[in-house]
Amino acid sequence: MDNDTEYGTRIDDQETFGLEFIMQLLAFANPTRFLKFVQVVLRPLAILAIATIAAGLYLGFVAPEDYQQGSTVRIMYIHVPAAWLSMFCYSLMAISALGTLVWKHPLADVSAKAAAPIGAAFTLIALLTGSLWGKPMWGTYWEWDARMTSVLILFIMYIGLIALWKAIEDPILAGKACAILTLVGAINLPVIKFSVEWWNSLHQPASVLRLDGPTIHPSLLTPLLISAIGFTLLFFTLHMMAMRNEILSRRIRTLRLKAAAAPITRQPATQEPTS
Amino acid sequence: MQSRSNTSDRKLHWARALLMRDIRLAIRVGGGTLIGVLFFTTVITIVPFGLGPDMKLLSVIAPGILWIGALLACLLGLDRLLQSDHDDGSLELMLMSGRPLELIILIKCLAHWLTTGLPLILATPILALFLNLDAAQLGAVLLSLLVGTPALTLIGMTGAAITVHLRRGGLLLAVLVLPLTIPILIFGVATVGAASDPLVPALTPFLALCGLSLLSLAIAPVAAAFSLRVLQH
Amino acid sequence: MVRLNAHNLAIRRNGRDIVSSVSFQLSGGTALIITGPNGAGKSTLLRAMAGLLPFAGGTIELIRNTTDDQQADDRPLFEHCHYVGHASGVKPSLSVEENLALWHDLMDPVDWPSDTSSGMPQHNHSTMDVETVLDHIGLSHIADFPASYLSEGQTQRLSLARLLVTQRPIWLLDEPTAALDQASTKLVTDLMNTHLAKGGMILVATHIDLELSNRTALSLGAIGEPS
Repeated sequence: MDNDTEYGTRIDDQETFGLEFIMQLLAFANPTRFLKFVQVVLRPLAILAIATIAAGLYLGFVAPEDYQQGSTVRIMYIHVPAAWLSMFCYSLMAISALGTLVWKHPLADVSAKAAAPIGAAFTLIALLTGSLWGKPMWGTYWEWDARMTSVLILFIMYIGLIALWKAIEDPILAGKACAILTLVGAINLPVIKFSVEWWNSLHQPASVLRLDGPTIHPSLLTPLLISAIGFTLLFFTLHMMAMRNEILSRRIRTLRLKAAAAPITRQPATQEPTS
Repeated sequence: MQSRSNTSDRKLHWARALLMRDIRLAIRVGGGTLIGVLFFTTVITIVPFGLGPDMKLLSVIAPGILWIGALLACLLGLDRLLQSDHDDGSLELMLMSGRPLELIILIKCLAHWLTTGLPLILATPILALFLNLDAAQLGAVLLSLLVGTPALTLIGMTGAAITVHLRRGGLLLAVLVLPLTIPILIFGVATVGAASDPLVPALTPFLALCGLSLLSLAIAPVAAAFSLRVLQH
Repeated sequence: MVRLNAHNLAIRRNGRDIVSSVSFQLSGGTALIITGPNGAGKSTLLRAMAGLLPFAGGTIELIRNTTDDQQADDRPLFEHCHYVGHASGVKPSLSVEENLALWHDLMDPVDWPSDTSSGMPQHNHSTMDVETVLDHIGLSHIADFPASYLSEGQTQRLSLARLLVTQRPIWLLDEPTAALDQASTKLVTDLMNTHLAKGGMILVATHIDLELSNRTALSLGAIGEPS
């Protein structure tokens, strides 16, 4: 009993979850090791991401036009990866949230916090490109299409999370609060998506033109896949950079707090307020 | 006060004490009940000034307007749900009380609904006159509000628990909670629509609304209690 | 004999140690007077004991010699505690009596069963009802008034009255006499002595010298210095 509590509650919790192997694996990912890892990996990853995106977009431009949509179909090569990443990023944040709350991993909330603005950016790109694509297809920039509406709600949720992160000063507390909100959102997202689709079907027949329907010709699909992989690599590059910045800024914060708390050596002790 | 001397209902007497206390706080000076109903009334009243006094148009959009008004009025009082108890230290004592925190949360939700959601429902028949809502539709609106507003309180409680440490978290709380309430709004309004629209199966949206309320009843107290425990500092 | 053993406690906030390597032992019927300069972590220590902050390290346990037929009480430490901190917990729009009645009803009472092996009387004070307590702390004449009418000192007395309406053997008091005049301080000191005489424990952070019957001291160092 004494031994268990000797090192505080954190170790207790980890052991009760019986995930010792995963914990050992994750123990490698402490902030210092992570920073070293980033230093090695970041540049090759960035180059690879840019190259893959360039290849995907090039193949996209030489791919044949859609017989119905013409050249505008090429927006797809940005829109679909962005939409995919908007969902992927939220999933990553939800897993990170579990990491914060359940496994109490020190990098988990750094990962979630760093991911949020990137996710929001990709969601915004998905919205903007969807809207631009909608103009020639629907004749308007905005249609209350079920998918677009869901993406819009996702965007608002990203913004809310970022605002919550900004609103709480203590990074650990902010991380926990955002983790809970992320998980509540993750439970709600399928419900929201289902409701929005139902609501949409209620008000208009299912739209004939679907932005990313399942029937895509293989000649369009290959560049799309390459482009999606490229954007995903870009996401990881940005995510690592943002995580690195977050770790560094937290270290600066800790140093400053220590500096603020350190006793001023030249001042005589009697001048300290006593009330 | 009799419950204290009466030992027969000893087991949950604390629950009643907490419920009565929260209700008293809401309806007395500085409480939110009156403001909530006033806000709801005002929102509904200004709609015709924005859209014109076209009774036909108003009767078409009335269910949506009533629901949005109720949603906003519910959100208005959410930050008081936990904030004042947090600020004056009462919440800490509740955490120490040795009672199940989930149950404490649920009781606070019940008190909040009784003093926020229920008054809105009671005010709705009068406001329905302003919006030219017919009797059948009014019944559907009342039913959907009766089932849906508790879910708004429960979802709001989760948000309130997450933002409890923020000093001026009221607006942020609304921003965080509103997206989560979209399904409630959709099925709440659709319940009314289904009552008059032969194309929509009459019970589907209502049952979905019931399901969402039950879902939030299951999740919200656990999530709120969890965040109150985790976010102590 | 009831004992509270704390060994090497540490509390971290904002990434730095507020409290570190604090150890103490306290037995039933004794008060622990916690002193130290501002920022030494007096309030933090009390709040952590009240379960309102996590300990970052160390152990704290309540040791009670219970006989076999008494079921072991596995409730967390903080449920044995009453906490009176800086926030009063008093609602201005409720009456004085309503304020107190809530805590009477809400707080789950904890009883330390008596054990005859020690000479020390065990903590066993029957809970007083709200009226009696209000009488005791001199607020019964305004029991029906909204608490917003109370002065600062009266509010402080009302929040201290929570200690008496529900039985909790460990009192955690953070500057309990801050807003009190001399007469009220005397009243509170008497309450504390009565609690000690019944075998309860008190941990109190204070700047003034409280005349408590049976006490030990814990001095917390300033932050940044080894304690």
